[in-house]
Amino acid sequence: MAIWVDNDTRLLVQGITGKEGTFHALGCRDYGTKVVAGVTPGKGGESVEGIPVYDSVAEAREATGANATMIFVPPPFAADAIMEAAAAGIELVVCITEGIPVNDMLKVKAFLRDNPDKPARLIGPNCPGIISPGMAKIGIMPGHIHKKGSIGVVSRSGTLTYEAVWQLSNVGLGQSTCVGIGGDPVNGTNFIDVLEQFNADPETEGVIMIGEIGGNAEENAAEWIQANCRKPIVGFIAGRTAPPGRRMGHAGAIISGGKGTAEEKLEAMRAAGIHVSESPASLGETMARALGK
Amino acid sequence: MKIHEYQAKEILRRYGVATPKGRVTDNPEEAAKICEELGGRCVVKAQIHAGGRGKGGGVKLAKSPEEARELAGRILGMQLVTHQTGLEGQLVRKVLIEETADIAQELYVSITLDRAQGKPVVMASSQGGMDIEEVAAKDPEAIFRQAVEPELGLQPFQGRAIARALGLKGATASKAAKLIAGLVNAYMDTDASLAEINPLMVTGGGDVMALDAKMNFDDNALFRHKDILDMRDLAEENPLEVEASKFNLNYIKLDGNIACMVNGAGLAMATMDIIKLYGGEPANFLDVGGGASQEAVKNAFRILVSDPNVKAVLINIFGGIARTDRIARGVVGALEELADVKIPVVVRLEGTNVEEGRRVLREAPFQFIVAEQMADAAEKAVSAAKGGA
Repeated sequence: MAIWVDNDTRLLVQGITGKEGTFHALGCRDYGTKVVAGVTPGKGGESVEGIPVYDSVAEAREATGANATMIFVPPPFAADAIMEAAAAGIELVVCITEGIPVNDMLKVKAFLRDNPDKPARLIGPNCPGIISPGMAKIGIMPGHIHKKGSIGVVSRSGTLTYEAVWQLSNVGLGQSTCVGIGGDPVNGTNFIDVLEQFNADPETEGVIMIGEIGGNAEENAAEWIQANCRKPIVGFIAGRTAPPGRRMGHAGAIISGGKGTAEEKLEAMRAAGIHVSESPASLGETMARALGK
Repeated sequence: MKIHEYQAKEILRRYGVATPKGRVTDNPEEAAKICEELGGRCVVKAQIHAGGRGKGGGVKLAKSPEEARELAGRILGMQLVTHQTGLEGQLVRKVLIEETADIAQELYVSITLDRAQGKPVVMASSQGGMDIEEVAAKDPEAIFRQAVEPELGLQPFQGRAIARALGLKGATASKAAKLIAGLVNAYMDTDASLAEINPLMVTGGGDVMALDAKMNFDDNALFRHKDILDMRDLAEENPLEVEASKFNLNYIKLDGNIACMVNGAGLAMATMDIIKLYGGEPANFLDVGGGASQEAVKNAFRILVSDPNVKAVLINIFGGIARTDRIARGVVGALEELADVKIPVVVRLEGTNVEEGRRVLREAPFQFIVAEQMADAAEKAVSAAKGGA
């Protein structure tokens, strides 16, 4: 079993007529995802490699039964695209776009909160997306490095997640689902949301959780794990050597006011019984060891 | 993005926040003139982006225009060292000349994002003039917090509650509540990431005023604030970082001697960490972007090696969508264009088509040190930086 994305996923792509949108829509389709529609306002009636394009998410959903969306809309318009998808009743909204203003995301959060009859799960923004190997992918990750299996992966990073997946696949551990929750300070899905799903998923045997400096999402997740989770969790935090007060690429990766350091997060992880991988090169091995393999 | 105190005050004044009268200048004569206009007494304040200017000797009281001239002359051009500048300090290019204030009380108020709540939060404390981090560490109870609904803004009753928490009463409390509302509006309207008034001064006459001010902005929102983007002072930023930003490269200079070039922010941080884990010191953070194009690699490499501390370069690329062999050709092509590379370069490529990628590196006219795993790469880079191979 996988979480959130599987063979029933019917994907639409917002911003499909852009270069990135087209490229990755086709990448998802090649991987086996059912890509049923695209949306670009003003380009309704066109098609991209056989994928019909609509003017609005509501029309696209009506016509194709799409239940998930992948957003490639440029930053100034991305928040609007997320809200449009939620308002149209799309259940899973995966926003790849990097560079959305924080204030726009605060509006999105409020909008999603005030829309309880159409609950939408937002993953991202500024994330690689989500993949359930062997079934479907929604995102920009290289599908072929993944292997179907029983390890869940949740991460704030993109390429570091690929690294983890690669290491897992190399030690013979496949993945149930890999979720990139994104590198922004305000995002839709947090570690705990994903961990709850992995914890309840009978096919997920262990989880790799990759955090980074900034905020306290990892500390909260560690607390949740200690109280609720009996599956082995491997943890890693990027940014032990990051200087305070500087944004390390991701908008959310910043130690501010002495808070959000890697050491605090690692301490919380160790206290919660998480198997901390000291080196980013031993994520796969640490998982194998934690599983007693 | 950061701005200077005088610029933050300019913005805050538009939102009804009172500040002492004054003007900015880069000239001691002008400083004397401004002091004269202000009544013959003034404060001379160094304008650099770092905090802690007072303790570093960058804020002085002048009792006459002549003294203002002399102090401005001394402060302008100095390398001001504070706890935020690093040991080399920051060159002072401008001073703010302000009227002296009749300070009865110093308070603290700021607004920033509370990531856990997903809302901006106003923080207030009666211990003005101190770093809020210090107050938070020593006496967390002394900080009053008021979350702000982003879609509604600060409500008047919330402003009054903050003023009350600061121990203010009567007309002063009303003035403070209004000032705080102005601060919140300025923060929201400009897409700031921090707006801080420290100290917030209560005068002998019961007025409230921003004695100092600091604003930082959300880089992602600058596209809709041209006026704020115009306030960017490139002289305050590291020249290599400015150069990198021209090519949309995320580069942050650090103090070590192993330069690293990585695709993706998380992997870039992890690469710095693993260098340290193997006994080395990273010279920088650098994310060349997911695809690591030849053009990006070339520009990045040029910037990395222009740091005189750098003794070795570690290139760590995970080829996903972008195939590893193509990235390898990009790296070779980039170094071919940069004729005089004499620093050892360790390359670790992983991902799609990795065998082909490594073959490209081995057959290149350069002596790359090819590494297989991230740990191997870190070990080789640390050894190369120490003069081994």
